[in-house]
Amino acid sequence: MEVIAFSILSAIVLIAAFCVIAARNPVHSVLFLILAFFTSSGLLVLIGAEFLAMLLIVVYVGAVAVLFLFVVMMLDVDFVELKQGFLNYAPFGGVVALVFFAEIALVASAMGASRPETFDASPNAETNVEAIGQVMYTDYLLLFQISGIVLLIAMIGAIVLTLRHRPGVRRQSVEEQTGRKRADAVELKDVRPGQGI
Amino acid sequence: MNELQPVLLNYLPVIIFLVIGLGLCFAFLLVSTILAPSKPDPEKLSAYECGFEAFDDARLKFDVRFYLVAILFIIFDLEVAFLFPWAVSLGTIGVFGFWSMVVFLGVLTVGFIYEWRSGALEWE
Repeated sequence: MEVIAFSILSAIVLIAAFCVIAARNPVHSVLFLILAFFTSSGLLVLIGAEFLAMLLIVVYVGAVAVLFLFVVMMLDVDFVELKQGFLNYAPFGGVVALVFFAEIALVASAMGASRPETFDASPNAETNVEAIGQVMYTDYLLLFQISGIVLLIAMIGAIVLTLRHRPGVRRQSVEEQTGRKRADAVELKDVRPGQGI
Repeated sequence: MNELQPVLLNYLPVIIFLVIGLGLCFAFLLVSTILAPSKPDPEKLSAYECGFEAFDDARLKFDVRFYLVAILFIIFDLEVAFLFPWAVSLGTIGVFGFWSMVVFLGVLTVGFIYEWRSGALEWE
C-alpha cells in the first residue's frame, strides 16, 4: 500500500517538476510548482514527518508560491522573446546542472561508505511535533535564535529595498474624523434679506 | 514498515476528503460539458472593451508593494510555524524553553515596530 502510494506521489512530483521548466507560460510553471510542493508534502506524510508536511503546505504552498506569482506578474515578460535566449543560457545551465549532479553523487557515495547510526534526539516524544519541540528551543537554542535574527534581517531588508513613500498622497485620519466636533464644522450666520454674508 | 501503517490509517479521512473533492470537481466539469449547449464562436473569447479594440495586453506590471506585503506575511507565517512545536511541548521544556521563545519573539517584535513606524503596513 505504501509502496503504491509512494510510486504514485513521486511520479507526480517528477512530472510536475519537469513541467515547471517545460511550460511555456510562467504562470503555468508556478502552478506546476505548487503541485510539486503539494505532492512532496504527501511524500513527507508517508515517511512519518507530518509536521514538516503541514509546514510545507502552509509556508510553501500558502506563501512562497504566491510570492512567485507576484514575481511572474511583476516581470512583465514577453513570452516569445524569453524563448529566444534559450541557446545562450543552455551552456551555463548545463554547467550548473553538472555541478549539482556531481555534488549529489559525492554525497551519495559518502553516505554508502559511512552511514551514520540513526539516532533519536527526543526518544520520549509521541508525535514528531513534540519531538521537534523538545529539542529545538533548548538544545538548539543558538540555531533557533539565529533563525529569528535571519527573519528580522529579511523583514528589514524587504522594507528598505521596496518601500517608497509617494509625496502628496491624501490619507484618511480616523482620529481626526471621529474627534471632530459640531462647532469645528458648522458655522451659523444670520443673513439679512438683500445682503450678502 | 508495519509501524507506519496506523499513522497512515489516521489519514483515511483526508484521503476520503480528497477523493470526494476531486470526484465533485470532475463531476461538475463533466456534467456541464455534456449537458450545456455548446456553440463556440471566436467573438465570445475576444476581449470586449466598450466596443473598442483592446488597447493593450491585460498583463501589466504589479506595484512592488504587493510583493512587500507578501514578504512580510511570509515572515510572520514562519514565526507562527515556530510557535506550534513550542506550544505542544511547553510542559517538558520548562522555563528555559519558555524564555527562549520570548527572546525569539522579542527579536521579531523589534522588526515589527520598525515595520509599523516606517509605514510599511500603510497603504497609500
